[in-house]
Amino acid sequence: MTTSHVPAGAHPNDGHAGPRVGLFVTCLVDLFRPTVGFATVALLERAGCRVEVPRHQTCCGQPAYNSGDRKEAAAIARQVIAAFDGYDHVVVPSGSCAGMLRVHYPSLFEDDPDWGPRAQDLAGRTHELTSFLVDVTGVQAVNDQRHDATVTYHDACSGLRELRVKAQPRQLLASVAGLTLLELPDTETCCGFGGTFCVKYPEISDRMVTEKAEMVASTGADTLLAGDLGCLMNLSGKLHRLGKAVSARHVAEVLAGMTDVPPIGAADGGDRR
Amino acid sequence: MKATSHAFVDNAHAALGDGQLRRALGNIETGFQRKRAAAKLGLPEFEALRDQAKAIKDHTLAHLDLYLERFETQVHAAGGQVHWARTTDEARQSVLDICRQAGARSVLKGKSMVSEEMGLNDFLQDNGVRPIETDLGEYIIQLRREPPSHIIAPALHLNKEQIADSFRDAHPQFPAERPLSEPRQLVDEARSVLRDAFLKAEVGITGANFLVAETGSTIIVTNEGNGDLTQTLSRVHIVVASIEKVVPTLEDATTLLRLLSRSATGQEFSAYTTLSTGPRRPDDPDGPEAFHVVILDNGRSALLGTPAQDTLRCIRCGACMNHCPIFAAVGGHPYGWAVPGPIGAALNPGLIGIEEAHHLPHASTFCGRCESVCPMKIPLPKIMRHWREKAFEKDMMGTVPRLALWAWAWAAKRPRLYRWTTGPMMAVLGRLGRRKGRFRSVPLAGGWTRHRDFPAPQGQTFQQAWAAHQRGARRKGQ
Repeated sequence: MTTSHVPAGAHPNDGHAGPRVGLFVTCLVDLFRPTVGFATVALLERAGCRVEVPRHQTCCGQPAYNSGDRKEAAAIARQVIAAFDGYDHVVVPSGSCAGMLRVHYPSLFEDDPDWGPRAQDLAGRTHELTSFLVDVTGVQAVNDQRHDATVTYHDACSGLRELRVKAQPRQLLASVAGLTLLELPDTETCCGFGGTFCVKYPEISDRMVTEKAEMVASTGADTLLAGDLGCLMNLSGKLHRLGKAVSARHVAEVLAGMTDVPPIGAADGGDRR
Repeated sequence: MKATSHAFVDNAHAALGDGQLRRALGNIETGFQRKRAAAKLGLPEFEALRDQAKAIKDHTLAHLDLYLERFETQVHAAGGQVHWARTTDEARQSVLDICRQAGARSVLKGKSMVSEEMGLNDFLQDNGVRPIETDLGEYIIQLRREPPSHIIAPALHLNKEQIADSFRDAHPQFPAERPLSEPRQLVDEARSVLRDAFLKAEVGITGANFLVAETGSTIIVTNEGNGDLTQTLSRVHIVVASIEKVVPTLEDATTLLRLLSRSATGQEFSAYTTLSTGPRRPDDPDGPEAFHVVILDNGRSALLGTPAQDTLRCIRCGACMNHCPIFAAVGGHPYGWAVPGPIGAALNPGLIGIEEAHHLPHASTFCGRCESVCPMKIPLPKIMRHWREKAFEKDMMGTVPRLALWAWAWAAKRPRLYRWTTGPMMAVLGRLGRRKGRFRSVPLAGGWTRHRDFPAPQGQTFQQAWAAHQRGARRKGQ
């Protein structure tokens, strides 16, 4: 595909030729940071996709699934599977939630003759955002984007290990003018978020996020990027508490050029890096 | 051993406040992670070996009765004896009986995690037989009356100053002012004490990394040579092992051995890999007069056919704990039983009960690094989730979290209602947080805000903003 040469902001498939993509927005993006949702839509449209947002979505069900409540997890999963029926692709601005749909829904309905095949079908169509752009649509670069910042990138665990998301965000970031990426040491270590883990075992989570936040600050980067809002809220909360001058943003915001809103956890009119 | 896993939270709290422990755990990255990574890099077929190793163990577990009986037959053929033990009580009684028959007042011990599981040392001591640990790490923690904190590095939690202090207390026979600041000096002192014990040995107890059904051999992997001395200098050699240690053939054992040391210490092979097949034969220059293998079940056979069966593939390399961020934060002791770390979180609930061990599978972020380094490809997070489901079924969650989960799920299944309620909630939170962009405290979210700020939402939900955006687009289109 040649979509990588489409200029930013253009909607080449207004003629409805491109793939029909359902956006699974994730509960954290929906509630806390709609900018990430709009950035995702913009990136998908620039890649030639027709984007729709099914109304009948809330959460992927991980809080129930990881708490051992398989029944509620399955009920929520069925809702997601039904809501995203018929889309060519389902794109998620989170490795964790995408991993839930891709890896865990099929295992949730392993022995279910009705929902098992539907879960498999959804799994095959579901992608984490940066992985979708690079691996599926063949986008090599985001064009005409400039972000003057020194950034570091945190690989969220589910995306990294369940979906092999590592090179894709870096490849896209490399095409953003003015941006320098400084890699984190020990980039494969968890930030300590872990969904409900961070409130069930707050002291252990605190040790983990403290070490990660100090590592982030030690890179000298002024901005922390990641593809998962959970890790970003955890890390930005810790960076602020430690008084470190590092902003946090979802990678989609930078790739889509939507950095006119304050960074995560920062004041309106404050640091807009 | 008596489990203290139920007190995980308190034990973890104490561990997190221990500055010395934090420094000791800081060595895991250089001591284990980098060495394993280098060893893996040096073996192009490492990934293929993992698949092969998994297949060997899966096959063995599917025919476990067959291979265990074949092992027993071959041990008998080599002149040894096999003692089956359903429980740890039966296992340690078997060991004690053998010690008494041999008239032993003390026994030498090589490193064995199954003997920790059995609480063997305390049991023998209480029954008039003194156990002497000969692995340096085990010797140190025996002096300090502590359990091991790691399956291959039992004294991982200690620094050399603490060890020197323990040696000064335990070895009054040496000059009080002797230098003990260097590891070499500590090793030499332990060696000189143990040398006497080795020469007087009557019974030697070792564990086993593998039991080979084809030949009736047991295999141990060590770096100090203490295991060899323990089993060759003693008149009676007792091997204690659990049922899942059996492998069909020597060829299979070598496949697993190629993964074991690389995954554990990053060595291509450990310094010593020792095979024992029966007692000394007439023309052998050395070896024990009697050879016993005590094989322990202790709940493992009940895991066959369950989602936790895969834990029985474990070859006890320790890679999962060496790469676990929870283990790196709290060390091994808070897990409260013989096997700590991710494999403990996946295995222990099956052996000591979910009631005792329920914290272990919950104290994980499911980051998945353990599974990614496990040479046996054990799906550790998946098995931990299985135990979480068991705990949930038994209503062990606590009333408040359970209600919160129920309320959240109830709303999440009703998207329209969910939008109606979350919209105004986020609007209020967004307005309250606008000035600073974050909160220092939030009611009911103390677990979060005690340690970090809580980022304020932008105010409008995406669903609201998207609906408005769509309306605008439609108007423009008209």
